[in-house]
Amino acid sequence: MLDKSPHVLTAAVGAHGARIDPSGERDTVYVYDVPLRLWHWINAAAILVLGLTGYFIGSGTPTALGEASGSFLFGYIRFAHLSAGYVLTVGFLLRIYLALIGTLHAKQIFYVPLWRKSYWADLLYEFRWYAFLEAKPKKYVGHNPLAQVAMFSMFTQTITFMVVTGFALYAQGAGNDSWQYQFFSWVFSIWPNTQDVHTWHHLGLWVIVSFTLVHIYAVIREDVITRQSIVFSMISGKREFRG
Amino acid sequence: MVATEETFYSVIRRQGITRRSFHKFCSLTAASLGLSPLAASRIANALETKPRVPVIWLHGLECTCCSESFIRSAHPLMKDVVLSMISLDYDDTIMAAAGRQAEAILEEIRTNYKGEYVLAVEGNPPLNESGMFCMQDGKPFVEKLKLMAEDAKAIIAWGTCASWGCVQAAKPNPTQATPIDKVITNKPIIKVPGCPPIAEVMTAVVTFITTFGKLPELDRLGRPKMFYSQRIHDKCYRRSHFDAGQFVEDWDDDSARKGYCLYKMGCKGPTTYNACSTVRWNEGVSFPIQSGHGCLGCSEDGFWDEGSFYDRLTTIKELGIEMNADQIGMAAAEVVGATVAAHAAVTAVKRFMGKRTGVAQDN
Repeated sequence: MLDKSPHVLTAAVGAHGARIDPSGERDTVYVYDVPLRLWHWINAAAILVLGLTGYFIGSGTPTALGEASGSFLFGYIRFAHLSAGYVLTVGFLLRIYLALIGTLHAKQIFYVPLWRKSYWADLLYEFRWYAFLEAKPKKYVGHNPLAQVAMFSMFTQTITFMVVTGFALYAQGAGNDSWQYQFFSWVFSIWPNTQDVHTWHHLGLWVIVSFTLVHIYAVIREDVITRQSIVFSMISGKREFRG
Repeated sequence: MVATEETFYSVIRRQGITRRSFHKFCSLTAASLGLSPLAASRIANALETKPRVPVIWLHGLECTCCSESFIRSAHPLMKDVVLSMISLDYDDTIMAAAGRQAEAILEEIRTNYKGEYVLAVEGNPPLNESGMFCMQDGKPFVEKLKLMAEDAKAIIAWGTCASWGCVQAAKPNPTQATPIDKVITNKPIIKVPGCPPIAEVMTAVVTFITTFGKLPELDRLGRPKMFYSQRIHDKCYRRSHFDAGQFVEDWDDDSARKGYCLYKMGCKGPTTYNACSTVRWNEGVSFPIQSGHGCLGCSEDGFWDEGSFYDRLTTIKELGIEMNADQIGMAAAEVVGATVAAHAAVTAVKRFMGKRTGVAQDN
């Protein structure tokens, strides 16, 4: 958290006080601090495991040969899913903590500033840029307005939904006396038939898959086209604006 | 009809049941309720001293499968004992009285046992057209239900009809059949879902209420915890095949003959709360999965509207299309993927053209 001037950082990078390279060509801003970057990759790994094992749990595996006592394939798949689920949940809670104590960048994925007029203007601009109607992209230190709304709606909300329904499903196995049941069984008041919870949880997987496609594409594209580092930023923490 | 208060025990003895059989019954009931051995004597004591609790058994829109199940209860064994025990004062399907004589009993119980009788409801009331789709004694059933519920101590919602709505409430539900708890909101309601519920579960619930004078502990959806706190899946004898990843893929494949898990055949065991895999059916002989067929989830809310009984992934009814999560999700992911590819292609072309014409696309 080197940069403690969040209100400056949310604005498009223009002539404001980003650290200017002596050559005058490159600006570099430290955006993502270590815990945030760590969270990103642990979260990505957990989602990969959850997605793969979750698909198998939803569809079943090819039948294992031999005695039932000699195999625990589905058990291990479920174990991996549940463990990764815990990793993701703990990570997500830490991420919320980071948002509370961190810079505005750390808060970005948890809200969309719909009340801000400039946000709407920037959002429109970003839409036009993605529709090839604008020749030049605006540059942002954090997420651009379109990215922010995508992050909030497709990632943050979906992950919250997946964590809640995931633990509700976990409570089915853990039983009525488990803490999971205490905290998450209200889900069953919305869907008394837990088959529905399974179904919606499964659909959530596909929202995440769609999000991942868009996320990876947008990140690489921005990196190449807008000449600002995006991919590497999540490793080094620095956003570099190439001249 | 019920002039003097008599105890359960006096009725039982009058029916020619020996004291020995009576105590056997108490022990079995205590065991089936999951109570401690000492509870058997408490049950015996209660039955010997407490006046019988009158039970009114109403029938709304239903198929009588709950009654059919109930009269086949094995533990408690003798249906005569059970029917006498609970002082079943009104059940239009199986009672001797008929017509005005039968309907008079309702009024009698309502006045003489105000706030003391248990109202057992099989089936549910249709609310459409002022309840015209289920008429009894010239009046809509819903009126009879509301009237009798007013002075009842508690209500038992028998079966999936009374608990959730069942087949008559399945889409599009033309008669607007409505579960009991949506019609009666000011009385304790105990849901005993299942189509039908297991006989022993039914008799045990009745015995519990009449013996202890209170409802058994319920879960958040109003079902007795002792029978509905675990899924079929949790106690399924084929669970080891599930954990091993051994599934039936086809009804006549080798896995089916070996009795592997029916998960991929759409078994609803993992989402169905009931006691089938422990109590089983017909005196504990079997239950669907043991017979080689997946669970239909008959004790769950809206199980008729959950798509095929034979699909693992069922259709998403809220979206109004006959597609499951994978079909919808994959279609969405394909659209997103195609959009991304197209967008990337346009980006590349524009960039290429920009370079060719020598105009800097980017700064």
